[in-house]
Amino acid sequence: MTVTAPVARKRSALTKGQLPAFAPYVVLAVALVLGAAILALIGFNAFGWGLVSAILFAIGLVGWSAAVEGGRKASDKLATCLIVGSFLVALLPLISVIWTVLVNGIPGIITPGFLTTSMNGVTGSLDNKSVDEGTKVLGGIYHALLGTVQITLLATVISVPVGLLTAIYLVEYGNDRALARAITFFVDVMTGIPSIVAGLFSAAFFFAVVGPGTKTGAVAAVALSVLMIPVVVRSSEEMLKIVPNELREAAYALGVRKWRTILKVVIPTAISGIASGVTLAIARVIGETAPILVTAGFATTINNNVFGGWMASLPTFIYTQILNPTSPSNPDPSSQRAWGAALVLIILVMLLNLGARLIARIFAPKAGR
Amino acid sequence: MSKRIDVKDLNVYYGSFLAVEGVNINIEAKSVTAFIGPSGCGKSTFLRTLNRMHEVLPGARVEGEVLLDGDNLYGPGVDPVSVRTQVGMVFQRPNPFPTMSIRDNVLAGVKLNNKRISKGAADALVEKSLRGANLWNEVKDRLEKPGSGLSGGQQQRLCIARAIAVEPQVILMDEPCSALDPISTLAVEDLINELKDEYTVVIVTHNMQQAARVSDKTAFFNIAGTGKPGKLIEFADTTTIFNNPSQKATEDYVSGRFG
Amino acid sequence: MTTNSLTTSQGAGRAGDKVFSGATLAAGCLILAVLFGVALFLVIQAIPALVAPPADIQGGHGFFAYIGPIVVGTLIAAVIAIVIATPVAIGVALFISHYAPRKLASGLGYVVDLLAAIPSVVYGAWGAAFLAPQISPAYGWLASNMGWLPIFQGPASATGKTILTASIVLSVMVLPIITSLSREIFLQTPKLHEEAALALGATRWEMIKMAVLPFGRPGIVSAIMLGLGRALGETMAVALVLSSGVLTASLIQTGNQTIAAEIALNFPEASGLKVSTLIAAGLVLFVITLGVNMIARWIISRHKEFSGAN
Repeated sequence: MTVTAPVARKRSALTKGQLPAFAPYVVLAVALVLGAAILALIGFNAFGWGLVSAILFAIGLVGWSAAVEGGRKASDKLATCLIVGSFLVALLPLISVIWTVLVNGIPGIITPGFLTTSMNGVTGSLDNKSVDEGTKVLGGIYHALLGTVQITLLATVISVPVGLLTAIYLVEYGNDRALARAITFFVDVMTGIPSIVAGLFSAAFFFAVVGPGTKTGAVAAVALSVLMIPVVVRSSEEMLKIVPNELREAAYALGVRKWRTILKVVIPTAISGIASGVTLAIARVIGETAPILVTAGFATTINNNVFGGWMASLPTFIYTQILNPTSPSNPDPSSQRAWGAALVLIILVMLLNLGARLIARIFAPKAGR
Repeated sequence: MSKRIDVKDLNVYYGSFLAVEGVNINIEAKSVTAFIGPSGCGKSTFLRTLNRMHEVLPGARVEGEVLLDGDNLYGPGVDPVSVRTQVGMVFQRPNPFPTMSIRDNVLAGVKLNNKRISKGAADALVEKSLRGANLWNEVKDRLEKPGSGLSGGQQQRLCIARAIAVEPQVILMDEPCSALDPISTLAVEDLINELKDEYTVVIVTHNMQQAARVSDKTAFFNIAGTGKPGKLIEFADTTTIFNNPSQKATEDYVSGRFG
Repeated sequence: MTTNSLTTSQGAGRAGDKVFSGATLAAGCLILAVLFGVALFLVIQAIPALVAPPADIQGGHGFFAYIGPIVVGTLIAAVIAIVIATPVAIGVALFISHYAPRKLASGLGYVVDLLAAIPSVVYGAWGAAFLAPQISPAYGWLASNMGWLPIFQGPASATGKTILTASIVLSVMVLPIITSLSREIFLQTPKLHEEAALALGATRWEMIKMAVLPFGRPGIVSAIMLGLGRALGETMAVALVLSSGVLTASLIQTGNQTIAAEIALNFPEASGLKVSTLIAAGLVLFVITLGVNMIARWIISRHKEFSGAN
């Protein structure tokens, strides 16, 4: 009597001819060591080490795979390396920008008075003095912060009603009419208007209507509205579309008029998405520089009137401090202020983005199950 | 508090497509009438024309007359909104308003129309409507909770409570049990039997046993083929339709030979 | 004569419907009017520059001699940015849609979206203060080793503030646009096509080549066009990074200029005819980006029609 014992094999037939699971780690370790050695020859830096190691890793893994597994598997490995690599490459500028702003911006915002004073009376000689004597950098961004808040607020007040009503028209009344399709198309086109062209339009409009050289916060707000409206329309439209038709029908069947149905049923159901879309739209325009540059002028003092006089904003403050330092011979104080303002601006934008996500989560209709 | 419906020579179109042709039917007050027929035969479309809900769909229009106690729904100057306050509707899938509590859902028809109502009157209306929908005992302790937290059958009865809170003359139901489990279906069917004491009820159903259980009269709709209009084949007492129909097609359908 | 009880309804509600639908219609029309107004007011304010005697325009040879070189500069900067950004963006989109673990994918997508959230002026400041000095040794190497190519002709800029640096910054800015649009398209690839390819024994990359990329091609093209539109109109990255000058073929010398940056740098101090000249330049930019965007939208809408069945 013979018992057929199960065939004892070290590896399954299904994994034959494959690289072992630990292969990538081995190649990575070798690539890192080799990379360090090569960089040691030509002068070590972390960025170069990463780059050289990554290239060595790709060559090593793909080469090994080609030898053991054949060309098809090797090209699959190569594609994976390139695709993962491109993601890592995309992260580089993000990390670099955030790092640069943090390192350069923190000295700015921890300077006392940076957030609470304006640039009123801060002159080049004061900057020279603070460099020569090592005293604290004077001047701050209060006026710019205030201007940004006012301009953005006015732009929001203009954009949200127009954008939301247009979205309602497209979803509830448009019925795929020619006009609705035209509006959809041109809203899409409008999202592509360069921001500086929006600024020029607003400037040209006010130059023609009010008078040449009209530059106020309101002109900037109109320019920002041109950029903001299409964003509000698109996001609100998406949100209104996902409100189930059954809710509208339920309201109609109760004898509720269409406009009341929209105001009391459709919009409350979609409000979290609409609010988060509006917040993202604000985040998008709050950092716009070019349109404000050509519409609001540069102010160094606090201006509480959006309808009169030049007005500062955070982005234009950064721009002018870098391009035209307050003291041309000693640009460091200006650059410190600019980076501080950039940090504040990034924090604002990130908070708005975070806020949008929170709004979407918190105010979403409760399932309650 | 209920009215009869008389339909004369009604045609329903979607754009240029004739969906339902030549319907004549007389629906008694305080009765339950069931519409049965194969899918796509136009019974739901026809039901919607009884409170002008078909107008929500783009391109839909009708020819003919629908008389509610003698008043033509499609007469000149008739506002579809006032038609719908008299002819309520319950849909296939329960659709309570997700942003509103159970209480607000019941009061939706009143509140959304901005009618002033005192708190006492509102409380009384909520209790009366929920009792009318056999739901009061299940939800009286959680009236402020969202309506979407109820089970499917409870949600559907909440929708019925919402419909009867506006005190209509007629209640239309479009396959109200097709999304419900058997136990919830039973609860809703019991409710339909009680509703006919006060309202004229018209129900579209796919389920012939259901039609047999709940309705006094049954209308059978059929369609000759795809692209052809749906027609009312036979309308008679439910017992007649199921036991002794006069049309061959009706007999084939109720005996399960097609559909 | 019997009165129809159904006609006795409250008239106020009906008026509400009319007012409300009228308001939404007006808002929609306002948007069309704004877009029309953008074109109209730009044209009105630009006319003086177009009809002025050539000698009065900056440069002294008329508007078109003034605008020509900066249009070319704008195109150079935008095209280089797209050439750099496109492969990376498609790689990132594929990584998020088909390579990253499901749970991480949406978080990684958010990280890429953060790139879009950073204000353009911050990119400009980063490009000028960090990237330009870091990259200028590489320009020196290019000039000495590949200087025989006209685009790498020396002497390289010592500050690194060249059109190539500006283009790299631009490419970072358009990357999230191309990525997010391509990602959406890749995620819409019919699962059946992907599974069919995998069932035939295709590797993941072969599946992507067979199913994902052919399906996504129109979407990728339009994403690139939209990115191009953004790169053409972007102001700050160029205004802060580039030491502008006359049109030159070399990408690693100072020189060249883009329309948007030209406007931003000169408009605040401009007056009289110079204002008109700059607004006319803005009009040219508007027309170029409008054309690019309309082509992109047209491709998308055409694509929607034949993928609607899925």
